[in-house]
Amino acid sequence: MLSRTADHLFWMSRYIERAENLARLLDVTWQMSLVPQPLEVANQNWKAIIALNSLEAAFEKKYATVNAENVLRFMVSDTDNFASIHSCLRMARENAHAVRGTVTAEMWETLNSTWLDAREKTFEQLYNAGIADYFEWVKMRSSLSRGTTLGTLLQDDSYHFIRLGTLLERADNTARILDVKYHVLRPHGEEEGATDFYQWGALLRSVSAFEVYRKAYRDVITPERVAELLILRSDMPRSLHFCMNGVIKTLDLLANALSHETQRQAGMLHALLHYARVEDILEHGLHEWLTDFMDRIYLLGNGISRDFLMPMVEESA
Amino acid sequence: MNFYNEMIDADNGVRAHYRAYEEWLKATPPDRIARKRAEADLAFHRVGITFAVYGEEAGKERLIPFDIIPRIIPSQEWKSMQAGLRQRVKTLNLFLHDIYHDQEILKAGKIPAEQILNNAQYRPVMKGVDVPGGVYAHIAGVDIVRAGAGEFYVLEDNLRVPSGVSYMLEDRKMMMRLFPELFARHKVAPVQHYPDMLLEKLRAVAPNGVNDPTVVVLTPGAYNSAYFEHTFLAQQMGVELVEGRDLFVKNETVFMRTTQGPQRVDVIYRRIDDDYMDPEVFRAESTLGVPGILRAYQAGNVTLANAIGTGVADDKSIYPYVPEMIRFYLGEEPILNNVPTHMCRKPEELKYVLAHLSELVVKEVHGAGGYGMLVGPAATREQIEHFRKLLIAKPDGYIAQPTLALSNCPTFVDEGIAPRHLDLRPFVLSSGKCVTMVPGGLTRVALTAGSLVVNSSQGGGTKDTWILED
Repeated sequence: MLSRTADHLFWMSRYIERAENLARLLDVTWQMSLVPQPLEVANQNWKAIIALNSLEAAFEKKYATVNAENVLRFMVSDTDNFASIHSCLRMARENAHAVRGTVTAEMWETLNSTWLDAREKTFEQLYNAGIADYFEWVKMRSSLSRGTTLGTLLQDDSYHFIRLGTLLERADNTARILDVKYHVLRPHGEEEGATDFYQWGALLRSVSAFEVYRKAYRDVITPERVAELLILRSDMPRSLHFCMNGVIKTLDLLANALSHETQRQAGMLHALLHYARVEDILEHGLHEWLTDFMDRIYLLGNGISRDFLMPMVEESA
Repeated sequence: MNFYNEMIDADNGVRAHYRAYEEWLKATPPDRIARKRAEADLAFHRVGITFAVYGEEAGKERLIPFDIIPRIIPSQEWKSMQAGLRQRVKTLNLFLHDIYHDQEILKAGKIPAEQILNNAQYRPVMKGVDVPGGVYAHIAGVDIVRAGAGEFYVLEDNLRVPSGVSYMLEDRKMMMRLFPELFARHKVAPVQHYPDMLLEKLRAVAPNGVNDPTVVVLTPGAYNSAYFEHTFLAQQMGVELVEGRDLFVKNETVFMRTTQGPQRVDVIYRRIDDDYMDPEVFRAESTLGVPGILRAYQAGNVTLANAIGTGVADDKSIYPYVPEMIRFYLGEEPILNNVPTHMCRKPEELKYVLAHLSELVVKEVHGAGGYGMLVGPAATREQIEHFRKLLIAKPDGYIAQPTLALSNCPTFVDEGIAPRHLDLRPFVLSSGKCVTMVPGGLTRVALTAGSLVVNSSQGGGTKDTWILED
């Protein structure tokens, strides 16, 4: 297929997934902020979201203080913020628009109407109606677009590039959510307080893993197991291991003359997850480990881009 | 002015070919019609059948209003129109071949040579280039209007990148979806096979020696006003939709960049104007085209549809000569009328035009899309004086025609059903000696009362067009 088409499909799915995960992250932060706590702590959590996306400068330019409402406004509907949910939905739609002849009519209509609906609502309307409802809506629209893709699209290369974008983005985003929340919840490895159950519960729910945790461990929630579930569990659809399983399989299907090195790196990263133990990761330092993982995901994205999406092929013709 | 009404005759009776429709319309409750109209709007929006309007907010898209009252043409009228279109498009292709080769028509003195050779749309790079099948205008969109006495005129021949065919197809789909019962009552000739027909024509003009050609549609990109149509046609034909940056030229051969490496391209249905096709030859700053594509084209390794340099044949300064071309190349009398045209470059005609500006339609010879024209009877004094200055400053840049009494057809507007003026653009396909078209075309309708400008960029809408089979 056309490299540019693959590029648009890849980014279309990345932006949908990003919007969904951002909704998940903001949702869990919002839920956690409802548990009684000092204002300073609450604002710290909101600040972490800005820092996570390295958006401090852009945020400070427009907003005087870090608080729930400002961060939500910035991350939900700010059109100047290229990382806001609003911008992600717009970019998903624009990428789909550029390849609307390749995606099915149902897929295009789903993304187009998601964008048309999102565009209609002001932040005040969303906030006053209950912002949690909006996060639910974003998650449902993302599920819907994944569902129409699965249910209507021929499983050729277009499907594989969409899948690759989804998995790569999700791996990155789950790592981010875990990084920022783990950090806030256990800054210095101190003993857990009474509220921690709710905090860890909210984190698990944000990645739809609360019931999964119960099923998998049938025991109280501990930080180690949360990390294990979200990083190493191979059958948990939002875990890093699950995502990398899909990435290497999909790359095998797409392999071309240039992609050997990218496949090798993906294989290494997969092996790391496949054979890792959570004790070792925590001993190494979770934050450092996740940072390294996110760097590698980033490089993998670059490799995919170089090999498939914008190859310089004039010479080889 | 006397207007021909497509549905109602001079004695206020319903014309025979509209009778069944009119009865249905009378018998259908207004609230059902209103509901169906709203449904159509919603569906067009959701599917995203929109077009971008230049000069408005960047990236803004608008719906082209769709009217549910069809434009019906009886089959005997269509048959004669079709014969006229075949004759005309065949001639225009012969003319294009001639002026880029032996220039017999110039030698015979039928058209002043400088009118062709000094025309900005004449492309010297095409001299002596042999294109497959001798076809230049593979796709022609010929604008036809009906005047006061019911007679048809060709208003212009669009031979560069005519658009609108997707609306013809979507309008039909919408009518069948909204009112299936109407199609049980009428024998409406089908049009849905247009993309198949187009693909067949494009494959037929592949370069010599290519048996299974790779066909692509080349678009300027997602911000072009007709982008919806480009994606639509590519999807319907099952071919790749490419942009200039997806293609490159190596060894005078065109390739596209794919995820599995370079793939050769044989036929390009291009929706980019000549000027932007190749920065090596035409506009150097163009980023829409493909450097070197003209070399590949001249070498015969790729076919462009339409060919480079067709603009000289649909230029408004050449239009007045088309009837003479038909006589010259085919030895036949023209079946379709030309609108009598004043060429302002001739001093005596300019004088006449300047004295009658308030009655005439003045058009820029290179203009298109309803931009840069004066409709005398509807113009303000300032607009007329503005055009007077333009004409005196650059007479050879304009032609003038009598204001035609464009026929009208009942149309839904805010106040209810009222007559609105319309035209018709059939899409004529050529490959080799064979010229074909699907029955009908795109009917465009001016939605403003009294307006004679039907272009979508000027607020026009569309109607489904029915050719009734006997």
